[in-house]
Amino acid sequence: MPGPIQSLARAAAILRLLAGGERRLGLSDVASSLGLAKGTAHGILRTLQQEGFVEQDPVSGRYQLGAELLRLGNSYLDVHELRARALVWTDDLARSSGEAVYLGVLHQQGVLIVHHVFRPDDSRQVLEVGAMHPLHSSALGKVLSAYDPVAHSEAAEIKREPLTARTVTDDAAFEGVLDLTRARGWSADLEETWDGVASIAAPIHDRHRMTVGAVAVTGAVERVCADGEIRPQLVAAVRDCARAVSRDLGAGRF
Amino acid sequence: MTDAHTTGPFIAAIDQGTTSSRCIIFDKDGRIVSVGQKEHEQIFPKPGWVEHDAAEIWTNVQEVVEEAVSKAGITSADVKAIGITNQRETTVLWDKNTGEPVHNALVWQDTRTDALCKELGRNVGQDRFRRETGLPLASYFAGPKIRWLLDNVEGLRERAEAGEILFGTMDSWVIWNLTGGVDGGHHVTDVTNASRTLLMNLHTLDWDQKILESIGVPAAVLPEIRSSAEVYGSAAAGALAGVPVASALGDQQAALFGQTCFSEGEAKSTYGTGTFLLMNTGEKPINSYNGLITTVGYRIGDQKPVYALEGSIAVTGSLVQWMRDQMGLIKTAAEIETLALSVEDNGGAYFVPAFSGLFAPYWRSDARGVMTGLTRYVTKAHIARAVLEATAWQTREIVDAMTKDSGVELTALKVDGGMTANNLLMQTLADFLDAPVVRPLVAETTCLGAAYAAGLAVGFWSDTDELRANWRRAAEWTPRMDEDARDREYKNWLKAVERTMGWIEEEK
Repeated sequence: MPGPIQSLARAAAILRLLAGGERRLGLSDVASSLGLAKGTAHGILRTLQQEGFVEQDPVSGRYQLGAELLRLGNSYLDVHELRARALVWTDDLARSSGEAVYLGVLHQQGVLIVHHVFRPDDSRQVLEVGAMHPLHSSALGKVLSAYDPVAHSEAAEIKREPLTARTVTDDAAFEGVLDLTRARGWSADLEETWDGVASIAAPIHDRHRMTVGAVAVTGAVERVCADGEIRPQLVAAVRDCARAVSRDLGAGRF
Repeated sequence: MTDAHTTGPFIAAIDQGTTSSRCIIFDKDGRIVSVGQKEHEQIFPKPGWVEHDAAEIWTNVQEVVEEAVSKAGITSADVKAIGITNQRETTVLWDKNTGEPVHNALVWQDTRTDALCKELGRNVGQDRFRRETGLPLASYFAGPKIRWLLDNVEGLRERAEAGEILFGTMDSWVIWNLTGGVDGGHHVTDVTNASRTLLMNLHTLDWDQKILESIGVPAAVLPEIRSSAEVYGSAAAGALAGVPVASALGDQQAALFGQTCFSEGEAKSTYGTGTFLLMNTGEKPINSYNGLITTVGYRIGDQKPVYALEGSIAVTGSLVQWMRDQMGLIKTAAEIETLALSVEDNGGAYFVPAFSGLFAPYWRSDARGVMTGLTRYVTKAHIARAVLEATAWQTREIVDAMTKDSGVELTALKVDGGMTANNLLMQTLADFLDAPVVRPLVAETTCLGAAYAAGLAVGFWSDTDELRANWRRAAEWTPRMDEDARDREYKNWLKAVERTMGWIEEEK
């Protein structure tokens, strides 16, 4: 049997990168995400475009999946499927952490909350499914921006409003936060979106190792932190939950 | 934050269900420590007939207990009690001396006793035993299944009358085997399971001699009726040898218990393939004039029994499966929500899934499913909406029937089961009921209920107040629909229901 054909493998990788709800990527995003030379990436994209698998936005020049490919079968993960798979794990996380749990996915230029488990203390709480959280300041948004190139380009483009005195708005500082997030595998929001509220998030991957969403615990900063530090047990619990959901979606151990 | 790795002691719950047997280990906070699960074979000898191999089930139960205990990394010394919950009404007869089942178990869905039930109704009809038992004469219930086995297994009636044969629903079968089988196993059942046989008198909580004679079941085969929460005996062998077996509850009653519906008027609804809604009606059985079933909710030790009204919906989750498998409109069950959310409303379409007739509160076997209100405007997304709305409207009809029978208004509905993952359905339910819909943090309410009852029996938990304090709200949907819209939609739904009736011509 002959070995894999490199250009096909690369074309598949590009399609996977573009597969998603609201995905548009520039040539340099595609090339750098996959470690390809720009010329190589451009050649493959043009071929895919001729086949109708990829379309290019005439104004921005960005690429997205083409109608032909969507006709072949929607490959992106349905968010309601994601919720159904995550249900038991997020319940468990709420119980073990004692805090509210959120499941979010990239939607346009923010984080769409697709699942919310109440903080298990029987206080009055309002279900926030359907709400949008900011991409640049929330823990969910930061973890998505760090791991999903589409979220990254959205976050780089939007005006990063200072929501509190602690919101990171500067370009270089924001990239630094994302580097740190990638290095340690989780993100934090310490009163950067809402005063008094802290949050910890970790990424959820599918079987192609694509980031399809993120899970977070959110609570009063006094409970999430102890002695000025984020509580390591909470971080471990969030990451365990994200790994469990990823495994359920077919991602390998990591 | 509590430590992720909890310490003992623990309670083990065995759930002998329709498709699988499971064992879940719980800690004192009601948190799941480990799970063992194994499916068993569904045997379909003829259309409408459904059987299980009871010997296979007992082997699986032993295995899942072993699995759960070993996954939890604990020993029998850490487990204070075992609770049992089970698929209801499924009937097995076995030889007292060898422990061998004399026939496959007849599963609750099995309809082979349809004709027998009609015959047993004589000139009265299906309500012949309703006053005593709270049940209509229907093929689900165990009594007629016993009679069928005695009539159809060669020589069985003689052996039964000679006292060689034992009857049990799956709780009895598991407890008898667990507590020693042929070596001194305890032949018992609990009031909730006994209330599904058509043989127990709801008021005396004892076998009804007259009905036994009418249906033709010898008293010698019957187990002793005990409360739902007391020590029946101890496990004789296996991973939990020596641990007291301390509760038994039919699965829906166990879910009522696990949802801590301990006060009159509290209700839970379990959304699976079908849906079962039970409402606690307190210490008196309430006769239903609106097509519901009267059943025992639970009985703790020598306390007074607590009764419940029950309504079931035959087709809920299975309608979504039908949309996926037969219609091919969605690829996964979860996608029904995505499709439904792509439109604002049902576009005027209504779907009444009376696939095998209308159940509670109508009980019309001549009805068949309809989709109505169709125009050129209607898309598959509107149909997806109509599918979800059908589940919500059917729940509303049962709740209305319960309010009429009991005089108690529903203040909130506690929900569990797989369909609670569907956010749109839960919101629609709150809208149509005009009452809050609440999901608890532990989704495994059936096993939790069995564990709670067993834990109460051995003093692991002190009382139902302590259990109530353990209950945690994971989500709550509040009504957002305005009254006019609700009334208008309900009227349309009822019109659609009318159109299902009389489709099947009078049977010969």
